[in-house]
Amino acid sequence: MNAYVAAILQGAVLTVGVSVAALVVSVVLGLLGAGAKLSGRPVWVGLGTAYTTIIRGIPDLVLMLLIFYGGTIGINNTLEWMGSEATVDINPFVAGVLTLGFIYGAYMTETFRGAMLSIPKGQAEAAWAFGMGRTQTFIRITAPQMVRYALPGFTNNWLVLIKATALVSLIGLQEMTYAGKQAGAATRSPLVFLLFTASLFLVYTTVSLFVLRKLNARFSLGTKRIAL
Amino acid sequence: MNFAILLEPQNLALFGTGIATTLGLLFASLAVGAVLALVFALLLTGPWATMRWLVGAYTYVIRGTPCLIQVYLIYYGLGQLEWIQARWDSVWPWTHFKQPFFCALLAFSLNTAAYTAEMLAGAIRETGAGEIEAAQAYGMGRFQVMLRIVLPSAMRRTLPAYSNEVVMMLHATSLASAVPSMVDVTGAASRIYAEYYLPFEAYLGAAAIYLVASFCLIGFFKISEKRLLAYLAPRAH
Repeated sequence: MNAYVAAILQGAVLTVGVSVAALVVSVVLGLLGAGAKLSGRPVWVGLGTAYTTIIRGIPDLVLMLLIFYGGTIGINNTLEWMGSEATVDINPFVAGVLTLGFIYGAYMTETFRGAMLSIPKGQAEAAWAFGMGRTQTFIRITAPQMVRYALPGFTNNWLVLIKATALVSLIGLQEMTYAGKQAGAATRSPLVFLLFTASLFLVYTTVSLFVLRKLNARFSLGTKRIAL
Repeated sequence: MNFAILLEPQNLALFGTGIATTLGLLFASLAVGAVLALVFALLLTGPWATMRWLVGAYTYVIRGTPCLIQVYLIYYGLGQLEWIQARWDSVWPWTHFKQPFFCALLAFSLNTAAYTAEMLAGAIRETGAGEIEAAQAYGMGRFQVMLRIVLPSAMRRTLPAYSNEVVMMLHATSLASAVPSMVDVTGAASRIYAEYYLPFEAYLGAAAIYLVASFCLIGFFKISEKRLLAYLAPRAH
C-alpha cells in the first residue's frame, strides 16, 4: 500500500515538473505569438492567426498523439533516409512538455495580445519621447503593466494546463495519473487511488490559485477599484 | 505521406462510426449537463446556504481535477465497487455501468454541468436590479420573476461563454478513447494508426475532423448570438 502511495507521490513530482516546464515553453511562445500578431506585418499576423486558430480547434489529446507518435516516426524516417541505422525514441517527458507548451502557447498568445492591447498607447509614446528604445520600453514600461492585465487570463490558462498534464499519462509518462491508475489496477481498488490522485490535483490547483491571487493583488497595487 | 489510406472504404466507415460516437457523446452530455447546470445554478444563487455550499463544493472539485481522472473514476472506480457489481446484471440503473458509452456520458455530463452552472450563476447574479424591481412592482412572485425575467436574459448572456464550453466539451470527448472499446474520432484514428503504423495520416485526419466540427459550432453560436443578443449590441446610427 505504502509503495503505491510513494509511486503516486513520485508521479506528482513529475506532474509538477511537466507543468512548470510546459508553462515556460508556453509563455515564450505566447510572447512571440502576441508580438507576431501585433506586429502589423501581414506574414507574421497570418502565421500568428493560423497558429492560434488551428491549435485551439483541435483536442489536446489528438495533438499530443500526433506529435508523440508522428514525431517518433518522422525522426526515425529522416534518420533512415540520411543513411543512419540509429533509431530514436522520443522521451514522453520531452514530448509532453513540448506538446503542452505548444498548445498553451496559443492560449497564452491570445491572453498576452489582449493584455498588450489594454495598455494605453500614450505609455509607450511617452517612453519613446524620453529616448528609450524598443527593448527598454518593453522591459521598463510595457511588460510590468502587461503582467497586471494578463494575470487573470494567465491564471485560467495555468489551471487548464495543470489539468491537461493528466493526458501525458496516455503517451506513457509515469506521472501521478498513470501511477494512480496502475496502483488501482494492481490492488484492485481503483476508487481509492484515483480519488487520492484527484485530491493531489485539487491541492495543486488550489495552491496555484492562492499564489496567483496574491500575485494579482501585488500587481494591482495602485489601481482604482470602482464599486457600482 | 500516404493520405489515400484514409479514403479506403473500411477506414472511412471507421471515421464515420467515430464521428457518430463523438457527436452523440457531445450532444447527449450537453443536454444532460444543461439540465443539471440549470438546477445547480438556481441552487448556487438560491436562498439555502447549505445547498449553496454543497453545489459550490461540487463545482470546485470538478473544476479543480482533470476530466480524464473523472472518466477513470466512473469507468474503473465505480465499475469495480462490489456493491455496484452485485447489481449491474439485474438492477436498473446500475445495468448501465457496464457500458463504456454510459460511463463516458455520465463523466462528461457531470463535468460540463459544473462549468456551465458557474457561468449561469454568474449571469443570474449580474441581472440588473432594476429589471427585478420592475417585475416585483408588477406583482410577480419569486418564481415568476425567475422564470419570466431573470432566466431568459441570464441564459442569453451566458451564450458567449457557453460557446467556449461547447468547443471545450467537443475536445473533451476525445478522452473517451482512453476507455478501451470506445471508438470516437480519436479512437478511430488510433485504430488506423495501430493497423497501418501511419500516425501522421491517422491523427491529422482526426485533427481535421475536429477542426471542422469546432468551426461549425463556433459559426452556429456566432449566428445565435447575433439573433439572441441583438438587444445588447451597440445601436447602429
